Amino acid sequence: MSLEDRNRVVVLEDRVENISGAEYPMSFGNQLPFNLDDFKNSFDIKIIRLTPTEMEFDLIGVDASIANALRRILIAEIPTMAIENVYMINNTGIVQDEVLAHRLGLIPINADPHDFQWKRPDETPTDQNTIVFRLDVECEENRSAAADETDPKKKYINSAVYSNQLRWEPKGDQAERFGSRTIKPIHDDILITKLRPGQCISCELHCVKGVGKDHAKFSPVATASYRLLPDIQILKDITGDDADLFRKCFPPGVVDVVEEGGVRKAKVVNPRKDTVSREVLRHKEFEGKVRLTRVRDHFVFNVESTGILSPETLLTEALEVLMEKCDIAKAALANMEKSDDDDGE
Amino acid sequence: METTVQVPNYIAVLDIPEEKIEVLPGASADLTSATFSIKEEDHTLGNSLRWAIMQNSQVDFCGYSIPHPSEAKMNVRIQTTDRTNAVEAMNKGLDDLKTVCQFIKARLGEKLEEKDYAQME
Repeated sequence: MSLEDRNRVVVLEDRVENISGAEYPMSFGNQLPFNLDDFKNSFDIKIIRLTPTEMEFDLIGVDASIANALRRILIAEIPTMAIENVYMINNTGIVQDEVLAHRLGLIPINADPHDFQWKRPDETPTDQNTIVFRLDVECEENRSAAADETDPKKKYINSAVYSNQLRWEPKGDQAERFGSRTIKPIHDDILITKLRPGQCISCELHCVKGVGKDHAKFSPVATASYRLLPDIQILKDITGDDADLFRKCFPPGVVDVVEEGGVRKAKVVNPRKDTVSREVLRHKEFEGKVRLTRVRDHFVFNVESTGILSPETLLTEALEVLMEKCDIAKAALANMEKSDDDDGE
Repeated sequence: METTVQVPNYIAVLDIPEEKIEVLPGASADLTSATFSIKEEDHTLGNSLRWAIMQNSQVDFCGYSIPHPSEAKMNVRIQTTDRTNAVEAMNKGLDDLKTVCQFIKARLGEKLEEKDYAQME
């Protein structure tokens, strides 16, 4: 296999081949001791698109284990703030207390988790580790509505409770620390519950720092995922009508039919857009002429943030979390060695 | 001198148990082969640490496993040549992994500065 081929995961009609490759010491040819300079030369990161909530970027030259570690950390181990404790004072609405509390927990809160400390479940809430909100809503009849009005929004006041009705109560020095930047939910229009006249909800909400591993409400990403970059190899020329059929087998923009020396040939122009549906493997005309592969160390990541932290911050944090895990493990290893020495003496 | 961990920024305080790492019985006398049991860790650190340790040419064998998904424990088995030992290999693996992350982070910072991407508001 050529060096390039060793880097490809082959997608066949009924299976996937060459998944793990031969990257372990003493395998044929290529594995050297970890050389940081080699890694620095072969590694690249390309940012394709960045919006306030979404980021698409490429990680090239890393092993799948690191890409997966980053994905797992993005989903489950970056701390954020979310409502954890709901103290119900009054709930005469139709939605049960626990269902309401569950919904409140899922609301993303616009508070930077770095400004707060961790809180153990048995610790008392302080201004350093808790954010307090209040939700006080009562539904009433709207006297000025028409007599035959059917739209509840017009007929009643506060018939629907939205997330903008969560009121932040600054405690301790929170007013000075965050005064200018009110702490509130990211979105104002999240429907929490619905009420009718005479029903009211009154509760105090405590918001603490947590990670997605504990409860998915703490996850800072809508999702974070990656795929390997597809690489479509045309082994023998595909010409004429076959070229048109070939182009239709892939999503638009992947394959182009070009004129070369009077012959219409199929050429792969943008493999990135391919979704690897393997449609082309269904047609007998292309047997032996095309090989669908993926590049093993080229990861196309897509990170969608819920809005609490920007996507580039999320990626930086994920790397910090992985580094911190290494630090903690190293310190534990040193401690273990030291206590072994002590025992030995 | 005791090596203490500074209060971490990201890892929840509950995830740092007293004995984070221990060596399981069955290690060789000269520690060229050992199985480390790391508490409160999973595939995130496990697979990437395994990769980092495998990059060391003095390591004959390295694998990780999670004995049972309900228990937050991860075992890492390292077998080395006699030029080094398992603990050193583990340390080197952790260092290398951290170096890789630092490099990725630095490159990411550079690329964000360059602003060579499609930006939408």
